[in-house]
Amino acid sequence: MNLRQPGTPAPHDFQANHATARSLLASITPALTVIASLVGLYLLWHVAATVWPSRAFPTPHQVWTVLVKDTVNGELPYNLAITLARVVAAFVLAMAIGSAVGILLGMYRRADRFFNAWVILFLNIPALVIIVLAYIWFGLNEVAAIGAVAVNKIPTVVVTMREGARALDPRFGEMASVYRFSTLDRLRHVLLPQLQPYFAAAARSGIALIWKIVLVVELLGRSNGVGFQIHLYFQLFDVAAILAYTLAFVAVMLLIELLLVQPFERYATRWRRRPA
Amino acid sequence: MQPVGAAAPLRVDIAEKTFRSSEGVSMTALKDLAFEVRRDEFACLVGPSGCGKTTTLRILLGLDTDFTGSFQLPRNEGSRIAAVFQEPILLPWRTVEQNVRLALPKDMRDTDLTPLFDSLGLSQMRSLYPSELSLGLARRVAVARAFAIEPAMLFLDEPFVSLDEQTAERLRYLVLAVWSARPTTALMVTHNVREALMLSDRIILLSARPAHVQGYFDIRIPRESRSPQVMSDLARSFRQKFPGIMRGELGQP
Repeated sequence: MNLRQPGTPAPHDFQANHATARSLLASITPALTVIASLVGLYLLWHVAATVWPSRAFPTPHQVWTVLVKDTVNGELPYNLAITLARVVAAFVLAMAIGSAVGILLGMYRRADRFFNAWVILFLNIPALVIIVLAYIWFGLNEVAAIGAVAVNKIPTVVVTMREGARALDPRFGEMASVYRFSTLDRLRHVLLPQLQPYFAAAARSGIALIWKIVLVVELLGRSNGVGFQIHLYFQLFDVAAILAYTLAFVAVMLLIELLLVQPFERYATRWRRRPA
Repeated sequence: MQPVGAAAPLRVDIAEKTFRSSEGVSMTALKDLAFEVRRDEFACLVGPSGCGKTTTLRILLGLDTDFTGSFQLPRNEGSRIAAVFQEPILLPWRTVEQNVRLALPKDMRDTDLTPLFDSLGLSQMRSLYPSELSLGLARRVAVARAFAIEPAMLFLDEPFVSLDEQTAERLRYLVLAVWSARPTTALMVTHNVREALMLSDRIILLSARPAHVQGYFDIRIPRESRSPQVMSDLARSFRQKFPGIMRGELGQP
């Protein structure tokens, strides 16, 4: 970008500046579209809530007031942090176990044939059943809560990573064995880069699924976290607070997506973006 | 027990290699295939396409262990083997230099690769990714990787196919230059007799399936004196020794 002080004589010809301006416009158009669409949603909500005033349908401004109030008294940040910690723990657990199992099943066909039925069974158990059973068997504690969320996610990670392991190119493995790559090198430079797209897909759908299940777990058997707060405000019939917590958490998850997931993916696929 | 570093050749003695399809049909690819490549000799395995040349190479590389018979690879310290495959098989997510360095054994990881990259004309490409290279350049990187580890045995599987003739010829000279700088026992699979006559000390001619050795053709003339005139003389005597080979199945002479 070429920002010039006003009044400075432009040494370049006018056309070049024109082209720069046009490419700048083209690069910010997507962002402008998103902003316009969000503003539109806000206006729609505001108008609707003003036309039909109701305690069950607060205006954006009322939600904002609650958001600020709970942020200032520290309740919102505290519960957000608790929930986020549970999301992270369940995510790490599900990705680690799910990837290991999925890769093994993808590599060993006989094991896959045996365990496939288990995978299908676990894929189809409703999340709610797993949560309830976990609380009954292991008590209303943190381990049961995080474990239940992870168990919900593990089968889908297994299925995705199994697909990735099946798609491994045997030629890279042969090259690595001829050149006697160490186990660590093989993992780092041959295996994981090939699995990276599958891992990214599993992680992305994983985050989206896990944070929703974490709220349910908190609602059913925890005494803090966003899910618990929403349950509390549901009993108080305080829709503004429910929306405030929801929006705050959605914002946090979007930030994670934008600041962690996407930059990592860009880094991991940097070799793909420069074609010959 | 052979003393280390002594003239240990590549000895191959494969009794039989049979493929079985899932329908139970079996196909014998190799039968009583026995040959030897002397130490620091560049040998070419020549034969009609589909006769089992690549199968032989896969067995020698240890990628296929389902066969009867035995073989013995040359040894030196490390006893490393290197291969240039038909396709370059570079890791697309690693740069040219990383691809070469990853193949190096731990104690050689810090070797200065500049002379090798220079001699193969790759010095400008070290930080590029394989997707940014042409096939000819990618092959050169595969050659660099093979020579970088200073192997005791080098296998090449048709490393010049699917290149235009000019690029292939240039690559042949590059391979020759790098190999001459540090000769090592080498076995190259090819169906191009002219290429074999240009590069090798010894041509091992295989029969059609099931493959066995049909004959040897030793070339004692040093490579640098193989002028076009000498080459056509060589081709003539090869044709006399193995009539009907140069044309037909083996492709262009």
